[in-house]
Amino acid sequence: MTLATPPEEVVPLEPLEELWHDPPGLVGFLTTVDHKRLGVRYIYTSFAFFFASGLMALAMRGQLSEARADLLGPGTYNELMTMHGTTMIFLFNTPVLAGFGNYFVPLQIGARDMAFPRLNAFSWWVFLFAGIFMYSSFLIGKPPDGGWFGYTPLTSSTFSPGLNIDFWGLGIVFVGISTTVGAINFIVTIFKLRTPGMSLNRMPIYVWSMLVFSFMVLFAVPAVSLAAGLLELDRLFGTAWFVPALGGSVLLYQHLFWFWGHPEVYILFIPATGMVSMIIPVFSRRPLVGYLWIVAALAGIGFLSFGVWVHHMFATGIPPLAMSVFAAASLVIAIPSGVQFFAWIATMWQGTVRLATPMLFCLGFLFIFLAGGITGVMVAVMPFDWQVTDSYFVVAHFHYVLNGAVVFPIFGAMYFWGPKMTGRALSERLGKISFWVMFIGFNVAFMPMHILGLLGMPRRIYTYDRGLGWDGINLLVSVGSVAFATGAGLTLLNWIRAVRRKEPVPDDPWDADSLEWATTSPPPEYNFAALPVVEGRHPLWDRRPLRYATAGGPGTEGVTAVGAVERRTPVTEGFDTRPEEDLRIPRESWVPVATALGIAVLFVGLLVNAEIMAVVGVVGIVVAAGVWAWRTEEDLR
Amino acid sequence: MTAVAPVAVPIAPAVHRGRSVTWWGMLMVIATEGTIFLCLLASWYFLWAASKEWPPAGVELPDLKLALPFSFVLWGSSIPVVIAEHALRTNRIGTFRVGMAVAFVMGAAFLVSTAIDFNALHYGWRDHAYGSAFYTIVGLHAIHVLVGLVMNAVVQVKAALGRYDRGHHRSAEAAALYWHFVDGVWVFVFPSLFLAVHFQ
Repeated sequence: MTLATPPEEVVPLEPLEELWHDPPGLVGFLTTVDHKRLGVRYIYTSFAFFFASGLMALAMRGQLSEARADLLGPGTYNELMTMHGTTMIFLFNTPVLAGFGNYFVPLQIGARDMAFPRLNAFSWWVFLFAGIFMYSSFLIGKPPDGGWFGYTPLTSSTFSPGLNIDFWGLGIVFVGISTTVGAINFIVTIFKLRTPGMSLNRMPIYVWSMLVFSFMVLFAVPAVSLAAGLLELDRLFGTAWFVPALGGSVLLYQHLFWFWGHPEVYILFIPATGMVSMIIPVFSRRPLVGYLWIVAALAGIGFLSFGVWVHHMFATGIPPLAMSVFAAASLVIAIPSGVQFFAWIATMWQGTVRLATPMLFCLGFLFIFLAGGITGVMVAVMPFDWQVTDSYFVVAHFHYVLNGAVVFPIFGAMYFWGPKMTGRALSERLGKISFWVMFIGFNVAFMPMHILGLLGMPRRIYTYDRGLGWDGINLLVSVGSVAFATGAGLTLLNWIRAVRRKEPVPDDPWDADSLEWATTSPPPEYNFAALPVVEGRHPLWDRRPLRYATAGGPGTEGVTAVGAVERRTPVTEGFDTRPEEDLRIPRESWVPVATALGIAVLFVGLLVNAEIMAVVGVVGIVVAAGVWAWRTEEDLR
Repeated sequence: MTAVAPVAVPIAPAVHRGRSVTWWGMLMVIATEGTIFLCLLASWYFLWAASKEWPPAGVELPDLKLALPFSFVLWGSSIPVVIAEHALRTNRIGTFRVGMAVAFVMGAAFLVSTAIDFNALHYGWRDHAYGSAFYTIVGLHAIHVLVGLVMNAVVQVKAALGRYDRGHHRSAEAAALYWHFVDGVWVFVFPSLFLAVHFQ
């Protein structure tokens, strides 16, 4: 059955395909503005970085598997450590979540695309170019080596001459553009493009989580862009922001960095919990318990996370009273996290749990997040933090929260939404094997790190002496990391196999509740011929058959199949979601890639200190953005 | 699951028409850019609090002779923009163009005054953190004024070519909002960088 098909007499579907199709080949690739193509691209690009980053981690674990190993030298180790962390935060976790959001937010709110489709394409191109920019440092043998946090004065030009750190500092500013632009797009899309009936209190939790994610990005990313940007001003132009001898402050760098850095943890975590809140109810066969409580928890975490950054700086000599405030906030944030946790447990308790692969990843997440949350409360307590700071205990803690509690939901989402995106069935058997190998490998790799930390092993060291009692545990950690990598590789294999085997899946293989399952797998370019009309929180559970719009007012026909024919999607009023006007979805365009290319030229120019190149880049940006602004009225009318 | 035919419903449009998505998008740009300035001003006060003397000994205080009057020119330039916006809503394109042109001249005059002030300073941004902060913050704001001027110019050309005649003027609304933002930021930057250091 195809629920996406509206009353057949309204619209013949074949001409639609032609109307919406991108041009074939390279031109279509460069110019597309389709949120689904871009979403998949985001996910594929991020996973390429994920596996690159994983290989770096394996190399580091090889070096640390025994005392005094000589697989990597100290310099190479520093480079891999820096790029591993930088990649995981900036080039995998954040963009992969944006990728899922790109694909599923418009589908879940019943829109035909994002509010700014060309900006969406721009955002992906910037992300791609920024990633290539940072990774090109390997080609000339100068990868960043100052740690993913880039603390100055180590990263100042005095102590780190050469391009290594510049690749990092400029790269962070570069990729920040992509993240910010994406967040703006999500916020406007979620507020203004919801289909009739999709009021705020009926939005899927995943959409809520992307909304909180976006607002946090909006207010946090400027701080890290500024930290890295001012560092580059110091390095490239000789300013004195972080030069103590001239009145600058290295502590200021840490404040700016962590003002972003701690919200960032929740920026990654919140959409991951949003995914979990979608998956658990579907495989428990009942609506989520405590919808409003979870929304409040998401918003609460969003606010509180801006008040905890100093807990990364307990060892820097800040006045005790100030530190106590931040420690208290860090403890309080456990409360909304706990609210979510109990809501998930209650949902499963009252439901009938089906242990499919996506659900297994969610259960694995619950276990890992619990452990990571507990160690989080431990390090929020200052005296404890002073004991374990800069030790492997901290490494263990943040891998439990950032790797375990974010990557596991992402893998769950790959199994949950993968069939929707590709239209191909993933193997459940291989998925379950992959989960168990990953889950056991993860805990074997990271649980013993807590002990290593308590035994006094410092983080960021490239080797250690025999006889400190660390040898056997380090070997165990390395074996676990190989297992974890193997498990992740099995999912990659599963994905490739599914795409090759072309075994089709039904529209709604999980019997799920949200709107993305009301259309075909994969969805057509226009998402829904006529837009569905929502009457509750669980459109596909509340009412079968779903209702579709058949008539709109003057200028708001976009809700009906007319929208699919004329590339229009309705802009709706924020609260009761009545259509105000139609938004014309722009056709494929060269301006996004051209503008992104201009930015890339500018950054390369800054990197190699070629003023002419930087100027060319700026001119390129102005011209491309000018063309873009020029066409706005025509395209959006 | 059984195959069932979908049910169809008519959808009534909203009575009131809200702001365009472009306007909302610009508001979000402003939110994030405003945070950049907030962080910069926080950094300014952070460095100030950590220093013995601010500005360092022997460094001149910012000169207010040009800065003060031209700050009012910049703030005042929001008035013709408001008039222009109103004209746009009532479809008086001529008034709109005049308003934007007046604002353009006022913004440009402010930029020239900033350049003259910069030129007269006896220190550079490499000399000390005070200089780095002063040049970075005032310079970044000047770049924002410049971007506002470019937007203003684009909007004026579009208006001159009759592109706003049929009640579609999202880019003009967005440019106007951005203009107010640039003026608004100066409400915080000017007292912090130019005035407060005089009253220690």
